[in-house]
Amino acid sequence: MGMTLTEKLLANAAGLKEVKVGDLINAKVDIVLGNDITTPVAIREFKKAGFDKVFDNKKIAIVLDHFVPNKDIKSAEQSKVCRDFAYEQNITHFYDVGKMGIEHALLPELGVVTSGDVIVGADSHTCTYGAISAFSTGVGSTDMAYAMATGFEWFKVPPAIKVVLKGKLNKECSGKDVILTLIGMIGVDGALYKSLEFVGDGCKTLSMDDRLCICNMAIEAGAKNGIFEFDEITESYLKGREERKGKVFKADADAEYEQVIEIVLDDIKPTVSCPHLPENTKDAKDLNNIKIDQVVIGSCTNGRMEDMIAAYEVLKGHKVHDKVRCIIIPATMNVYKECIEKGIITEFINAGAVVSTPTCGPCLGGYMGILAKGERCIATTNRNFVGRMGHTESEVYLASPRTAAKSAIAGYITD
Amino acid sequence: MEGKVFKYGDNVDTDVIIPARYLNIADVKELSTHCMEDIDSDFAKNVKPNDIIVALDNFGCGSSREHAPLTIKENKVQCVIAKSFARIFYRNAINIGLPIIECEYADEIDNGDTLNIDFEKGIIKNITKNKEYKINVFPEFIKKIIDAGGLMAYAKEIA
Repeated sequence: MGMTLTEKLLANAAGLKEVKVGDLINAKVDIVLGNDITTPVAIREFKKAGFDKVFDNKKIAIVLDHFVPNKDIKSAEQSKVCRDFAYEQNITHFYDVGKMGIEHALLPELGVVTSGDVIVGADSHTCTYGAISAFSTGVGSTDMAYAMATGFEWFKVPPAIKVVLKGKLNKECSGKDVILTLIGMIGVDGALYKSLEFVGDGCKTLSMDDRLCICNMAIEAGAKNGIFEFDEITESYLKGREERKGKVFKADADAEYEQVIEIVLDDIKPTVSCPHLPENTKDAKDLNNIKIDQVVIGSCTNGRMEDMIAAYEVLKGHKVHDKVRCIIIPATMNVYKECIEKGIITEFINAGAVVSTPTCGPCLGGYMGILAKGERCIATTNRNFVGRMGHTESEVYLASPRTAAKSAIAGYITD
Repeated sequence: MEGKVFKYGDNVDTDVIIPARYLNIADVKELSTHCMEDIDSDFAKNVKPNDIIVALDNFGCGSSREHAPLTIKENKVQCVIAKSFARIFYRNAINIGLPIIECEYADEIDNGDTLNIDFEKGIIKNITKNKEYKINVFPEFIKKIIDAGGLMAYAKEIA
C-alpha cells in the first residue's frame, strides 16, 4: 500500500522505508520553534531535566511575538528568559523586537523553514508551514524542550483526509474563505489527530499566502497538520529565500485516505465564523444585522502582504465607520516596511485605521485591542472562543481581510 | 482514588482553561488560581485534591499552551476524563504526567458524581450511579513516558 505525503515525510525523518497509520515513531526534526509565551516553560523543563546544551543552535527558532514590545513587567521578564537563553545557547534564529514578526509569517518569509522539513513548534499554528510542503505541527513546551535537547520528537502517524480543490476562487474570496468553509463542513474536531492533504487542480490557482492561511487554520479543524504538494508556486516562493535546499516528496498514487472531501472553489462565498467556534460559518452577506465595534486585520493567519493589499484596496479613499475602531497589524517587519514604501499605511491612516508593529496581541486577548463586555469584533484572526479577545461576554467573528475591511466601512458585517 | 466530578461539555478550549491574559505569569501556583476561570469562575476555589474533570469531545482544543494541563495538575486534579482530547493537549498531559482517560461513556457521568478510578485494573467506578466503565490502555511507548515520570525524565533515561 502506498503512503500519503505526510507519511512520506515522517518516514524519511524517522529513517524508515515505510510507516503506516498508528505507528509511533521517533522523527528527526529540522526546526524547533518557540515564542515568548511557550519558550520560558520549555527552558524551565530543559534545565530542570539537567540538559545544558541544545542539540543544534542552528535548528532552533525563538521568536518573541505574543506580547512584544512588552506590554508589562511580567511579559518583559518572560522575554528576558528567552533572550538570555538565546544568547547563552548562541541560537542563530532568535528574533527580538526590530527583527521579529509573527512567527508563522516570519519563518517562511525568511526561508528558515523549507519543503520536506519536519518542524515542531510550541505554538498550535505551527501547522502553517504545510503550505510549503513541510510536515509541521504544534506541540507543547515539554515537547519543545525534548526536541531542543535531543533533536527528535515522537509522533503517531496520522490517518489522512484528502481535500480535493477544484476550479478557481471568485475575486472577492481568498484562502481564508476556503479554510473557514472547510471547517464549517467538518467541524472543529472534523480532522482530529488527522492530516489534511490539499490536492487538485484548484491548488494551482491559490497563491502562497492563500496556502499559508489555509494550513494555518488546519488546527481549527483539530488536524495534526495541513499540507500542500510541492509545485511551481512552492518552487518560486522558496527560490532565493530558503536557507537550506528543501526536499520534495510526493504522495503515492495508491495512498489510502480515510475520507475524501471535494471543494469547488468557484462556489465559495465570503465566509464568516460566528461566535464561539470557528465551525459556526455563515455567508457574510447574511450577517448584515450584526453591528461591530472593532475590526482587527492581521495575525499569523492574515497579516501577510496579500492580506494588507486586500484591506488597502477596500479602504483606500474610504472612511472607517465613525463608531468602529479598525486595528491593522502587518505580521512582519518586511511586510510593515513594504506597506510603508507602497503608501499603504498612509491610506490606512487616512481611512481612520490604526497601524501597529507586528504582534499577536489582540488575537489571543493579550493587548492592543481588548474587547469590553458586550462588544463585537470582526477579525482576520483564527479563533473566536469565549473570551478570546477580551471579556467573556464579548464576541469575535472570523473573516478574510477583504470582508473585515468592508465591514469596517459599513459598521456592520458585510461582503 | 475517590474524587468528585466537575463536568463540562464539548470543545473545552485552552483559552477558557487558562485565559491568555494570564500567560505573562511565570509562577504556576499563581497561574493555577485562574484555572477554568472563563468557563467556571469558582473552579479553583471549589476544586479539592483528587477531584476529577469530566468532559465530552475535543477537550483542550485551541492553543498549544502547556499552562492548561499544568494549572489543572497544580490544582491536584486526579485526572481528566473525556470522550476525546485535542491532540496537543493529549501530548502535553502525557508529557507532564497529568493522567488523562479517553472514555466513550463520559456523557453518562454527571457533575457532582463521585468516581473511583483504578488505573491498575483499568476501571472507573461511578459510586453515585453504581456503574463501572472500562478504561482503554495506553500504547507501550506512551506507557514508557508515563512510567519514567514524563517526557523529560524519559529523555534523560535514553540519553
